[in-house]
Amino acid sequence: MKEGVAFVSDRPLHLLSRYAQSIVWLARYMERIENLARVIDVTETFSRTGAAGNAWRSVVQINADEERFFERYAHADARSVSDFYVLDRDNPTSIASMIMVARENARTLRPLISTEMWSHINVFTNTVRQLRPADIGAANISGLCAMLKQQCQTHWGITEGTFYRDQGWYFYTIGKYLERGDQTTRLVDIKYHTLLPGDAAIGSAADHSQWNAVLRAAAGYHAFRRAMPQGAFNPASVAGFLLLNNAFPRSLVLTLRQVYGALNQLRTDYSLRGSEGCLERLDELRAALADQTIEQIIIRGLHEFLDWVQRQLMFLHDDIANAFWRPRPMETTPTGASAQQSLAPGSMTQSMGGMTQSLEQVGTSQVPGQNQD
Amino acid sequence: MAAIRERLSGMDIAELRRRAAWAEAELFNLGITFTVYSEKDSIDRILPFDLIPRIISAREWSHVERGVKQRVAALNLFLHDIYHDQKILRDGVVPADLVTGNANFRPEMVGLDVPGGVYVHVNGTDLVRDENGRFLVLEDNARTPSGVSYVIENRHMMLRVLPDLIGDAKLRSVDAYGPQLRAALAELVPETARRGYDEPQVVLLSPGIYNSAYFEHVFLAREMGVPLVEGNDLFVDEHRVYMRTVAGPRRVDAIYRRLNDDFLDPDVFRPDSQLGVRGLMEAWRRGQVVIANAVGTGVADDKAIYAYMPRIIRYYLDEDAILDNVPTHICREPEGLAYTLDHLAELVVKPVGESGGYGLLIGPHASSAELDDFRGRLKADPANYISQPVIKLSVSPTLCEDGIEPRHVDLRPFAITGKSTWVLPGGLSRVALRKGSLVVNSSQGGGSKDTWVLA
Repeated sequence: MKEGVAFVSDRPLHLLSRYAQSIVWLARYMERIENLARVIDVTETFSRTGAAGNAWRSVVQINADEERFFERYAHADARSVSDFYVLDRDNPTSIASMIMVARENARTLRPLISTEMWSHINVFTNTVRQLRPADIGAANISGLCAMLKQQCQTHWGITEGTFYRDQGWYFYTIGKYLERGDQTTRLVDIKYHTLLPGDAAIGSAADHSQWNAVLRAAAGYHAFRRAMPQGAFNPASVAGFLLLNNAFPRSLVLTLRQVYGALNQLRTDYSLRGSEGCLERLDELRAALADQTIEQIIIRGLHEFLDWVQRQLMFLHDDIANAFWRPRPMETTPTGASAQQSLAPGSMTQSMGGMTQSLEQVGTSQVPGQNQD
Repeated sequence: MAAIRERLSGMDIAELRRRAAWAEAELFNLGITFTVYSEKDSIDRILPFDLIPRIISAREWSHVERGVKQRVAALNLFLHDIYHDQKILRDGVVPADLVTGNANFRPEMVGLDVPGGVYVHVNGTDLVRDENGRFLVLEDNARTPSGVSYVIENRHMMLRVLPDLIGDAKLRSVDAYGPQLRAALAELVPETARRGYDEPQVVLLSPGIYNSAYFEHVFLAREMGVPLVEGNDLFVDEHRVYMRTVAGPRRVDAIYRRLNDDFLDPDVFRPDSQLGVRGLMEAWRRGQVVIANAVGTGVADDKAIYAYMPRIIRYYLDEDAILDNVPTHICREPEGLAYTLDHLAELVVKPVGESGGYGLLIGPHASSAELDDFRGRLKADPANYISQPVIKLSVSPTLCEDGIEPRHVDLRPFAITGKSTWVLPGGLSRVALRKGSLVVNSSQGGGSKDTWVLA
């Protein structure tokens, strides 16, 4: 028998900090695009049921984009909101902009991600680039949202099937589930906070169909039925399911468990001590969720609660950035782990909209520095 | 080779076109592109790929390979000499002012000992063939030669879209480039800088995603299996180089840099550079890191030095050049000037300080007034000029609008040097896709072909 395997050092090759940052953001943006498509889709459904009220406006509100939106559009309606969130490349929170940022991150990550991931992101980007105003018209918007969701799911499927399982994988997981948890809170918020300001309509047919639509937007209708065969559609049952259910893949509780698992793997498998502070904050957040029922949350104010969760998730992202990629005072010994710093959260946490990479990032140079021979 | 030709002629043009379109779509989707940035948008372009391979026989290749190795050896000896004792200048083989007065001569390099005496770890030698089929050296690229990624990608593309053309032909593989480069850099890490049993950590330093050759940097980092880093990922502490990772700083032993000298270290070169690494030069000077290619190699691939390469080879190696230069007349020498003045209408005259074809005279295309004017300039400043005959470039069959037609090609073999020199079989064949054009540059309608070296 021949010995064919050369000795390979099992000392892990640690991920570059910059890559960790890009992976988290790639995952976040792809997840956010999918969720934005879900939100637009459900809002479109609301408006078709005739009980739209200010549904389109609420999309702008939950993303904290009112100021920028109303600079450009007089009214929030199907046309303007879809334009703003799908096509408008001057809006950094549009799908057209986000896919470009996702692609830039993927470009940075080219040395790390699989060729199939990269190739798909290129194809997806080119598809989005080619969207025209007719594609967001009433007749097409639902089909467009379905396509966008599927492209994001394809991305995830390719990632799951081809992305090397090392530290990068765990950072991807962190970014994906942090974003998903955040987006689930926004999806709940869109219904609860803005659609039904008065109590009168609660329990009405319209109310019922809207909760149904929220569940469907989260792909949770059948899961909800399975979990609660007798459950009625009401704020407590649906919000409770989306936030606190232990098995539903988009529930807040489950996404936090995924983030926790990934951070924990980084600590145990790779001895990344930076995880520790992040895990502490996450422990607190999970404990707070475990300690209260959905009824208690609603009595104290669901919207306020969702806001609070969103802020905690931003702090957590901040902790992760500080631990793994924010420039630190220079260490003088190669292995000396720097003392965990509890830096004040960055400026982006003041915004209640989704975090964006440009706000997080310290200005990096874009000077082209080379001529080829 | 005849068998391949036969298979090719058995394919009809429509079929070839269908496959060519497929190949281009693949290249685009794979993002094998160079990027042109405009104000608001970025445009990704592919380097046009011609389906018909350029074929080199084993015998021809062995000649090229030996010639390239010889040339690299001479370049390294020359660079070591001019940055140390300058014997070749004192012996009057190369005029001292051409070297020390050259803008690419780096005084910072004087007396600096590079690991293994290797300056040019990666060299690209641009070759053309004349009407007799002889390979001639057009220029050396000893700074940051690019294009090797296309060599490897073109082969992969070829195997996908035209597997039936290769048939049972035995081709030399191009897959070893990445591992060879990594190994060459690792083996040059000095014993004093090694850390026990650990394999040396090699990285590729890129200016980043906005650089037009970023695709190639990514490609090479992947092929080498090393991290692609940017300046901000590295720092120097106590003359040692580290990269910033999620686990804190980690040592770096060798850097394949795709960044120009100017940007490498703001302490030594351009102070405004945000792409480089502060303190890198000093770490290098102290033997704590390998940098490839070395700083200051630009003086060796300069047009002015090119003319002296046959003499440089003879001086250091005591051998005649295996690959000839395009015959070059050095006008600072009386016989060169006399010959040039006598044959001006047949020659191409180039100023040595310029690049990119500025201030060039193409004799056969010039009017008599232009010739007279140039004669005056030559006499006024002969040292600034060299002259060469017009070479009739060889052609290679190429898929064009009107079918398969001859188009001009050149060849850039890539040589990797660690403790010894290895040459990638084949190299980048660039093709001038426009009829009659001699320009193979991608910016001017050039494309590339797969290059087959038969085993």
